[in-house]
Amino acid sequence: MSITYEMIVGLEVHVQLKTRTKAFCRCSTSFGDHPNTNTCPVCLALPGALPVLNARAVELAARAALALGLEVHERSVFARKNYFYPDLPKGYQISQFDRPLAERGTLAIGGGRSIGITRIHMEEDAGKSVHDRFAGFTAIDLNRAGVPLIEIVSEPEIRSSAEAGAYLRALKEILLYAEVSDCSMEEGSLRVDANVSARPVGEPSYRTRTEIKNLNSFSNVERALEIEYARHCAVHEAGGSIVQQTMLFDAHKNEVRGARSKEGSHDYRYFPEPDLPPLVLASAWIQGVRYGLPEFPAARRARYAASYSLGVADAEVLTASRAVGDYFEKVASAAGDPKAAANWVMGEVLASLNESGGDIGEFPVKAESLGELIALIRNGSLSNTAAKTVLATMLREGGTAATIAARDGRLQIGDDSALIAWIDEVWAEHPDESARFAGGERKLQGVLVGFVMKKSKGRADPKKVNQLLGARAGT
Amino acid sequence: MTATPEALLQSGAGAIAAAVREGKVRSRTVVEASFARAAEVDAGPSGLNCILSSDMNGSLQLVDSAPVGGALAGVPVVLKDNIATTMLSTSCGSKILEGYVSPYESTVARKLREAGAILVGKGNMDEFAMGSSTEFSAYGPARNPIDRSRVPGGSSGGSAASVAAGIVPIALGSETGGSVRQPAAFCGIVGVKPTYGRISRFGLVAFASSLDNIGVFGRTVDDAARAMEVVSGDDTANDATSAPLDAPGLRTDSRDLTGVVIGRPKEYFPASLPAAMQAHCDRALDALRARGAEIRDVSLPHTDLALPVYYIIAPAECSANLARFDGVRYGLRLEGEGLRGMYEATRSRGFGAEVTRRILLGTYVLSAGYYDAYYRKAMDVRALIARDFTDVWASGVHALFTPTTAAPAFTIGAISDPYEMYLCDLFTVSANLAEVPAMSIPIGRVGGLPVGGQVIAPRFGEQVMFRISYALESELGGAAHA
Repeated sequence: MSITYEMIVGLEVHVQLKTRTKAFCRCSTSFGDHPNTNTCPVCLALPGALPVLNARAVELAARAALALGLEVHERSVFARKNYFYPDLPKGYQISQFDRPLAERGTLAIGGGRSIGITRIHMEEDAGKSVHDRFAGFTAIDLNRAGVPLIEIVSEPEIRSSAEAGAYLRALKEILLYAEVSDCSMEEGSLRVDANVSARPVGEPSYRTRTEIKNLNSFSNVERALEIEYARHCAVHEAGGSIVQQTMLFDAHKNEVRGARSKEGSHDYRYFPEPDLPPLVLASAWIQGVRYGLPEFPAARRARYAASYSLGVADAEVLTASRAVGDYFEKVASAAGDPKAAANWVMGEVLASLNESGGDIGEFPVKAESLGELIALIRNGSLSNTAAKTVLATMLREGGTAATIAARDGRLQIGDDSALIAWIDEVWAEHPDESARFAGGERKLQGVLVGFVMKKSKGRADPKKVNQLLGARAGT
Repeated sequence: MTATPEALLQSGAGAIAAAVREGKVRSRTVVEASFARAAEVDAGPSGLNCILSSDMNGSLQLVDSAPVGGALAGVPVVLKDNIATTMLSTSCGSKILEGYVSPYESTVARKLREAGAILVGKGNMDEFAMGSSTEFSAYGPARNPIDRSRVPGGSSGGSAASVAAGIVPIALGSETGGSVRQPAAFCGIVGVKPTYGRISRFGLVAFASSLDNIGVFGRTVDDAARAMEVVSGDDTANDATSAPLDAPGLRTDSRDLTGVVIGRPKEYFPASLPAAMQAHCDRALDALRARGAEIRDVSLPHTDLALPVYYIIAPAECSANLARFDGVRYGLRLEGEGLRGMYEATRSRGFGAEVTRRILLGTYVLSAGYYDAYYRKAMDVRALIARDFTDVWASGVHALFTPTTAAPAFTIGAISDPYEMYLCDLFTVSANLAEVPAMSIPIGRVGGLPVGGQVIAPRFGEQVMFRISYALESELGGAAHA
């Protein structure tokens, strides 16, 4: 092959906004309910019903846009996208067209690479056509009809399947942090369409692209892009030309094939939605949404490195989800020891969650309690081993670290008089070792400490025992 | 002495509600009188055919649960057949919705019910409100009570005829380009198109959403005002285009127009206006002067563009609004080969010729490559038409007076050219495009047929519009029907 090609990819990501009710009516957005139960005159498109915009959906859409660094317009316009399909009850989808909610952002995908985001617009979801439920019939479930979505359109700046994967992971991470969506591909709350073409390196213009749909995981996006890109290259090599069309990815057969319907030929006859006035957002309101944004992973990792002196790997683990990071920070502050807090969260906490398959939100030990436990280690009240036992009890029974440690007699004893009493007893019970130790045989100190620890049932503070014994050796 | 139910029915909404509230008459008696009147004039081959569906038992059951203290206590009403009611069907005068009963109630139907009004029928109409004569109803044309060989106007012809024939004192219609004012003029009654957003559209089956208004009919300005006061008001929870304003008080005892400046737009008085119509308008303008108003010549320079603009925007919006009638969820469904065959069979046989014509026209003007030339340009010109009005208001004019139509009701079947039919809206469409309120009131008769004068006011200027109409009605007196 004499010519080197490069992959040109742009992604369109549909994200379901995490609202309780639909975009234009008060029906529930709950997933998996009995078909057609979450419907009303508006989302069934009964004659005479009218849409009323869900303010929460606007807020979440603006949050997403600001989180991705887009400019949110003070005025945007809803438009009707017209096409006939049985799961589209109105015969048009309320979307945004030439005046979208937000434009121009960038997303850092690692390795110093950033991908431009062209626009984010709001729209409503269609219903679901069920083809395999009743023989010879298609059934329609309109529970999903009218659920609020945003479509996030990237610039065609992605140059490899790996970059596509990195873009999607970075996008999902930010959307999860901003709490605008569950981003679950299984439940359809995040959907990806990929536009791909190939061109010889150095060629200034783009060649004809195809759009791949039916991509149900990030790894399938990467696989499908490789397959389709290879096809493009082969067609170009053979002197042929690519036909602009919609392709479907078949994960089982690992192949990309043309969709039967000629979707590319659709004329959607967009025009401004007359049932909804233009969406006007005051700049102060937009600012308010901006101020309400959380700290995003990259900034958080940098802060953990700078103020907690955590390594890159630890910071990655602790910021993998916003909730884990939030938990860790509370532990660190209560413990007064970020390093120890990091070790406990990454060790005991995440291990326990891995085992139970639970979420940090459901972890039975509150961050403050874990912090208190770590503080008890720091001030010498608990040994590391005893602390792990106490944590296990807290996980089983609840309760605070201090009470359980005290109740179960796991607190270290550092009180001089108690320790001296034990040392005196050991001294009396082991006259031989004591005499040799006093005579300068320092290596026996460990043996004597062990006797004291045994006598105290492990509760004696070994550091102090050592000090006291050391003092005795000196006399 | 108590009036007979028949006489009471003719005495108007205000008198009926007062009598019911004071216990002088049972609303049941009034409703029965209304049904008796309908039986007398509406049915049969030469009947008015102004009511598409009714159910006397259902209406009488409503009487039992209706609040007796309401503003419209016991007042029988007809609602145009494109306004959703849970009691009677809402067919929009179309085969595609034949027998369709709405599971939910429109805001206006609820407000009327809560005010004590009793729904007695759904008014015949041009299919999906597309027409100016009620001849495009899939259920046959309605007739004009004044002359049964003539149309009652349209598209709200059934509602207008119900009022003119004395079946009900008030009725609701809807209009997109004049479908309340024109039939009011043809039937010799009062018809009001409020400011866009003044009356909730929730439950009004959409034709052209940015132009659609629910409007009211009454035999008198006072009855129209009473109906307006009940059905107007903020409904932003159900209709995003509803104005967040309470219903204004429209009734007034003042018949004096001192200090009111009324414009006479020259574009509405062309040389081609028939002399008899011109004479009635002059008499009305004299009546307004007699009440103290100043009449001033004004101009709305973009008036001649209103009709072409209307016939781009309205079909465009209608092509999308009527897409939901696809045979999938409700209404008519005719099987064909596959999904596409079902769509084609259902829609080509469910819709009549005029509706089909407008859907095709609207689909065309929104198509890729034509959007800028048609729809976008039409919206730009629409803004110019609206500015004509704001310019006139800014010059110190409080309202305008014009003829409602150029001529009285025509004979059924006389107009077969669609474009000639569209010209019926010549003097009325601008108010829809500019979203301003306008009302038609009777100003006399031409060849024994009623004609109307139109009062147009600034957006949300219903109070001055009614004040002028009250004074005009009062000054004209019996001459309004002569």
